[in-house]
Amino acid sequence: MKPTSTAREAVSEIPDGATVLVSGFGGAGTPVELLHALIDHGARDLTVVNNNVGNGYVGLAALIATGRVRKMICSFPRSVDPRAFRAQYTAGRIELELVPQGTLAERLRAGGSGIPAFYTRAGVGTELSAGKESREFDGRTYILEKALRGDFALVKALRADTAGNLIFNKAARNFGPVMCMAAARTIVQVSEVVEAGALDPEHIVTPGIFVDHLVEVGQPIQEEELVAQGVVYP
Amino acid sequence: MSRGKHPAALTRAQMAWRAAQDIADGAYVNLGIGIPELVAQFVPAGRHVVYHSENGILGFGAAPEKGHEDYDLVNAGKKPVTLQPGAAFFHHADSFAMIRGGHIDLAIMGAFQVSQTGDLANWIAGTDAIPAVGGAMDLATGAKAVQIMTEHVTRDGEPKLLERCTYPLTGVGVVSRIVTDLAVIRVADGGFLLEELVDGVGFDELQAMTGAPLRTGAETRRLRVPVLA
Repeated sequence: MKPTSTAREAVSEIPDGATVLVSGFGGAGTPVELLHALIDHGARDLTVVNNNVGNGYVGLAALIATGRVRKMICSFPRSVDPRAFRAQYTAGRIELELVPQGTLAERLRAGGSGIPAFYTRAGVGTELSAGKESREFDGRTYILEKALRGDFALVKALRADTAGNLIFNKAARNFGPVMCMAAARTIVQVSEVVEAGALDPEHIVTPGIFVDHLVEVGQPIQEEELVAQGVVYP
Repeated sequence: MSRGKHPAALTRAQMAWRAAQDIADGAYVNLGIGIPELVAQFVPAGRHVVYHSENGILGFGAAPEKGHEDYDLVNAGKKPVTLQPGAAFFHHADSFAMIRGGHIDLAIMGAFQVSQTGDLANWIAGTDAIPAVGGAMDLATGAKAVQIMTEHVTRDGEPKLLERCTYPLTGVGVVSRIVTDLAVIRVADGGFLLEELVDGVGFDELQAMTGAPLRTGAETRRLRVPVLA
C-alpha cells in the first residue's frame, strides 16, 4: 500500500534547494495541483527539471514567477505565454541549462537505471557539447552525457492502484515514467486510486516500485484552461 | 540581393505538396513545426504514412473539429491532434529511442541556414533570444534522412543556403535534401546539387540568391507543381 494524502501534505517535505522533476509537455501531463501546493508550501532555491518552463501564470510558470526556482533544466523554454520565465531570465534571476529533448529523457532514464553516463550523437559539433567529453565509436563521434536525478518528482498520471502501479492518459504520459524512476521520492497525482488488482498487470505503464506517494485529484485542472481564463496563481 | 518574394516562388502549400511526393509508402515520418506540418495533407492517395510526434505518439492524424480538442492529445507544437487507427502512445525515452536509434525514416524540419556540407542551423538565430532546442538536435543526428523545408532567402533577401552557417549549429553534415520555394536541392559530395528548378526561375537568378555554388547534373529538371488553394 502506497501512502496517500492531500497535495499539501505530499509536498510538505520538499526542502529549500531541492531538485524537483516535474512531468508534462506543455500542459499535457503537468501536475498543476502539486505545483500549486508547492507554491503554497514555499520551498525556494529549487532546481526544476521539465521539458518547458510553463505557460501564463499558473503551474510551473507561477512557481517561476514567485522567484522560487534558481535553475531550470529543460529543452524548450518557450510556450504560448512564456512571460514568467522570460522576466526571470532576462533579469538574470534564473539559470538555464538547455538540454536536447532526447538527451533530457535519456539522462533521466539513466538516472533511474543506475547508469551514470552515456554516449550520444545528439549535440555533436554544437554549442551544447561544449566542455563535454567525446569519443569515437565505429568512426563516428559521440559526446558523453551524465545521468540526471531528482530529490523529488512531481508527476501526473491518470489512475493508480493502491500498489502504486500507474497508467497515464494519452500523450500526457511523456516524461512521467522516466521521472518516476529518477527521483529519490516520487509523488504522483492521479484522478483515481483503485484497489490493487483492479488494473490489468499487462497494461501497467509505470510499476509501483517507482512510486512513493499518491495524491488523488478527482477532477484535475487542465493548464490550458486556466491560461485561457487568464488565471494568476496564487 | 533582390528583396521580396520571387514572382514564380512556390506557396507554402506548394512546397508541402512537393515534399510530400517523395515520402515512401509505409514510412515513419517526423514533421517539424511550421511549414513541415502542412506536408501530411499532400501525401499521394494510397500511400500510408505513420507520423511520429516526439511527445509520445505514433500514428496521429489531422486536427480535431473545433470543440473536440483534448489537451492530453497534442503534437510537438502543443496543438491538439486526432489519432489514426493503429496509433500508439509511449513515454519520452522510448520516443527518442525511436529518433536516436535510427527508426525514423525521415525528419522534415525548418532551417535558419543550411551549409553546402549539410550543416544545419535552426535553433538560435540571435544572441539576445532565449535559446530553445527541443528535439531538433536529436532528430538532426538520429533520423535516417533529414530534409529541410525553407524559403530560399530570408525576409531581407539574404541567402539561407551557404558555404558555411554563421548561426550556431543544430547538427554537422546532417541534411541530405532541401525543398525551398524556388528549388529542390540535394547535398552531395560536399556541395549543393540542383535537382529541380521551379518553373519561371532562371539558374543565374537562383545562383545569385544562393550563398554557395550550385552544381547541375543530368537529373536537373524543371519543377512544375499544381495550383493549390
